[in-house]
Amino acid sequence: MTNQVPIAEGLFTWPAAKPALLASRCKTCGIASFPAADSCMACSGQDVAVEELPGRGTLWTWTIQQFMPKPPYHSNETAETFKPYGVGYLELPGGVRVEGRLTENDPEKLHIGMEMDVVFAPYRTEDNGDEVINFFFQPVA
Amino acid sequence: MDVAIVGIGIHPFGRTPARSGLQQGAYAARLALQDAGIEWRDIQFAFGGSASAGSADALVNELGLTGIPFINVANGCATGGSSLISAFNAIKSGQYDIGMVAGFDKHDRGAFNADPKELGIGQWYGEAGLMMTTQFFAMKIQKYMHDYNISTDTLAKVSEKAFINGSKNPNAWRREPIGVEEIANSMMVNNPLTKFMFCSPSEGGVSLILCRADHAKRYTDTPVYLKAATMKSRRYGSFEVFAPSQALQQVDGPTVDAAKAAFEMAGVGPDDMDVLQLQDTEVGAEIMHMAENGFCEHGEQEALIQSGATHIDGALPVNTDGGCLANGEPIGASGLRQVYENVLQLRGHAGEHQVPGDPKLAYTHVYGAPGISAVTILQK
Repeated sequence: MTNQVPIAEGLFTWPAAKPALLASRCKTCGIASFPAADSCMACSGQDVAVEELPGRGTLWTWTIQQFMPKPPYHSNETAETFKPYGVGYLELPGGVRVEGRLTENDPEKLHIGMEMDVVFAPYRTEDNGDEVINFFFQPVA
Repeated sequence: MDVAIVGIGIHPFGRTPARSGLQQGAYAARLALQDAGIEWRDIQFAFGGSASAGSADALVNELGLTGIPFINVANGCATGGSSLISAFNAIKSGQYDIGMVAGFDKHDRGAFNADPKELGIGQWYGEAGLMMTTQFFAMKIQKYMHDYNISTDTLAKVSEKAFINGSKNPNAWRREPIGVEEIANSMMVNNPLTKFMFCSPSEGGVSLILCRADHAKRYTDTPVYLKAATMKSRRYGSFEVFAPSQALQQVDGPTVDAAKAAFEMAGVGPDDMDVLQLQDTEVGAEIMHMAENGFCEHGEQEALIQSGATHIDGALPVNTDGGCLANGEPIGASGLRQVYENVLQLRGHAGEHQVPGDPKLAYTHVYGAPGISAVTILQK
């Protein structure tokens, strides 16, 4: 069986039956931040707790990345196989707006305010065969 | 102590394969000294910046080793603005009488390539393809168009105006006008922004000589006074570049804050300004920065731009030298180019790109990663 590893530790629960993005919430001012951090960007407080963010939200804004970025971009793509990808901020109710890649790259199928789910899927395969898992935002079917 | 600008020099922007970035900086510095009628040995201090062309203080190897304090400044796209504020304060405090601000750069082709670690962001952010300034600008104007009914045609008109102005500026990089249709139909880079709606990294150098205002007439008949120079970073809740997340409640960005502080410092308001240089990394930035700096209400840009108000002969001339769109962006020099242009305008020396009507007050604004803005107000 393929070994699956998260793109970074602490971004989301993994492995998990129902993976979720992880934020830190400040116990002083109540503000959530993604990725989870040791201190609060809003009030400088250091009393924070990690919590799971909701798995569904609304698209706040978006674009399509039409050209392949230079490193540190790290996918399995080459200039020949690169496919434009969507990027957007998903507003997660009660949480924060998180930036991420979209599963959709057709501008005709994207609009501000649409509902999307946070999904977790293979992003690239490492030389040792490990599958690197990233989070994506996917239009609600 | 008030501060005056008494010498300006520029190395043409664009691509100059025969000269290093440092040499372009030295070229601009010598022109600025000549403009003020002084020698390098008369300079008491310098602040300078370069992002990709070596340390700015290496300029002393070109200009001469005189022992002055030369401090390197690095603040992204606001490097020039930050150097200028530092020099402004050094003279204002009474510590020095006369000094230099220098900025130059020489970047590779293609989009800027930022390193997440340098900005305290995880490596995953870059690996996943999110570490792109172009995405931020596209997403900000996408949201803005949705909220304030800005049309795609208006986006293209900003570029059209930039290339018209560039064609009138002998120091600009892009000197050929490009039509609205060609701009709108050029390669899509980050929806809704096409290739001709973005500026590109480029090369160039600018230098300014600043002195105490009561000494200004020793050096020039046409001193220009630096009435305000401010710089702000982002507050919690502003929507900024390189942000893996942002607050649910939005607050004003650093541009709004820097503009307010500058108007307060100068004791004037947006209506008093005769000519504006606003950060136009891409067309959306120019549109949004018109409102963020206080020159119109959000959404009014659509009618203003469609009516030609932002052209050189309009009521609100913006980026009269072609801006970043026509000059490209050598990071260390870019903010100083705006000030150079405004000094030309206030002296009445801008030639084909001179605004009519004897301008008295001029405004510059830069914006850069990861959410910083610097503003100046000049008066003749």
